[in-house]
Amino acid sequence: MTPDTIDQIFVISKHLLLGYLPSSLQPVVSAILSVVPVLVVFPLLFAITTVLERKGLGRIQNRYGPNRVGPFGFSQPIADGIKSLTKEDIIPRNADQVVHFLAPLLLVLAAFLAYAVLPIGRNMVITNLNAGVLFFFAIGSMVELAVFMAGWSSRSKYSLLGAMRAVAQMISYEIPLVLASIVIIMVSGSLSTVDIVNLQAGYTSIWPHWFVFTPWGFAGFLLFMVAATAESNRSPFDLPEGESEIIAGYYIEYSGFKFALFFLGEYLGMFATSGLAITLFLGGWAAPFSFLTWIPSYFWFFAKLLVLIAVFIWIRGTFPRLRMDQLMNLAWKFMLPMSLLNIVTAGVWHFMPAGIVRWLVCIALLVAPCLLLSRLLKQGKKLQVRTYRFAE
Amino acid sequence: MNLIFFILATLTIVGTAAAMSLRSAIHCILALTIGLVGLAALYLLLGAQFVGFTQILVYVGAVAILAVFAIMMTQGASAPTQPILSSSWLTGVSVAVAVFAVLAWAIHASASTQTAQPQPEVSVNQIGAALMHRFGLPLEIMGLLLTAALIGAVILAMPEKKETL
Repeated sequence: MTPDTIDQIFVISKHLLLGYLPSSLQPVVSAILSVVPVLVVFPLLFAITTVLERKGLGRIQNRYGPNRVGPFGFSQPIADGIKSLTKEDIIPRNADQVVHFLAPLLLVLAAFLAYAVLPIGRNMVITNLNAGVLFFFAIGSMVELAVFMAGWSSRSKYSLLGAMRAVAQMISYEIPLVLASIVIIMVSGSLSTVDIVNLQAGYTSIWPHWFVFTPWGFAGFLLFMVAATAESNRSPFDLPEGESEIIAGYYIEYSGFKFALFFLGEYLGMFATSGLAITLFLGGWAAPFSFLTWIPSYFWFFAKLLVLIAVFIWIRGTFPRLRMDQLMNLAWKFMLPMSLLNIVTAGVWHFMPAGIVRWLVCIALLVAPCLLLSRLLKQGKKLQVRTYRFAE
Repeated sequence: MNLIFFILATLTIVGTAAAMSLRSAIHCILALTIGLVGLAALYLLLGAQFVGFTQILVYVGAVAILAVFAIMMTQGASAPTQPILSSSWLTGVSVAVAVFAVLAWAIHASASTQTAQPQPEVSVNQIGAALMHRFGLPLEIMGLLLTAALIGAVILAMPEKKETL
């Protein structure tokens, strides 16, 4: 078994299986064989992430996480699944029955559809669309509609307020998200995710060609990650669904399995956006160093995905929640100008000759306005140094 | 190919017909969204990937949300009490039929349906290049228009300065 065979094992076995079928059945079975692994692997990853998150947050907060159910608490998702499946499904009498039923379905549908254009390994993408990145953002915009449907149909003040806040947050942060990825599209000249990853799969001596190792790529990656955290309503941007703020925001009237579907949809959206960040900035399935390319490509994709999930959990446990106006100010007054500047910087990088001058100019073009903008935005507010007193 | 076309066309027509006939305004918007998604799927069936996905991104992601926000903030949750069909429905139907007849005649008599032309393969690269080179001025004017709309929205949403006595 050469490294190439292990790398392409899923592709080879799929072709082998298709060879045994008559050619009329082949497209359907090929589609099913491509889609079912995604439908199996990512919900499993969701289950593992829930327990990792609870234990990780617990450790950050100086306590154990769940530790009763299995070995060190790692069978907690099974218990959670059984609980949410057997809970009574309560629908408020005033609620809009059809829309109330369809909202979690639309959310999970949109979240699963987004995986169709992510290259999980070499030659392992469900569909290689010419406009792959555009497809991803189009599907992401359906999530906002699902959130609104959930909040509206519950006919409850808290859920409507939570839905409006969530939709406002999502549409505000969609702009820096898209603008940060436009830089990558500009530089690679293609909207296809497979092309973008293939462009990053080369090496100069041992160093990879990932876009994150350029000034504009790094700034774009940071902007993209902050916008992705806000798009999936993760802490510190989870005001629309925080427990102590608005009880549960737009899914307050959902119980049992529909609540679990919302949870699943939110985490799947987080994985999909992380997957897109990996594809655009972190080199997709490419190994970090040229002497590590014998490890299969799908391993590197999931390793990077797990690192990003760990960073999300870490950020959740570390930062306090942002207030609504702070959140919106961050999106419109800071991230939007920075993402536009990032596009200009990428253009400057493209037209300057290669060398140290290019690096210094681009870094100055990004860091100086960032500092100036943050000083400017801080001027009207009276901010003092915070002192913390820890409980002993 | 024909079966898919008929399914999508049925979806679009049912969605837009429901958008006209449902009672609650939010239901109408959601049905219209189904019709718009059907339209996007028809674009994709014709091979126009960029237009199809942009249709979803713009119409479903922005216009539908704008419409639901507008309805939510102006009408509230009360169900309408008037009947669905207005009293002048005959005039409305005849005007719609007349417009449809004119459009159908115009499309049928145009050059591209008379002579069978090969379907052009337009990639996003070509659309971008055309926007930047040939249609540069319309692009800038669109940007100006959107900026004006943005400024107008900010002015409408700005809190008014209270007069200090």
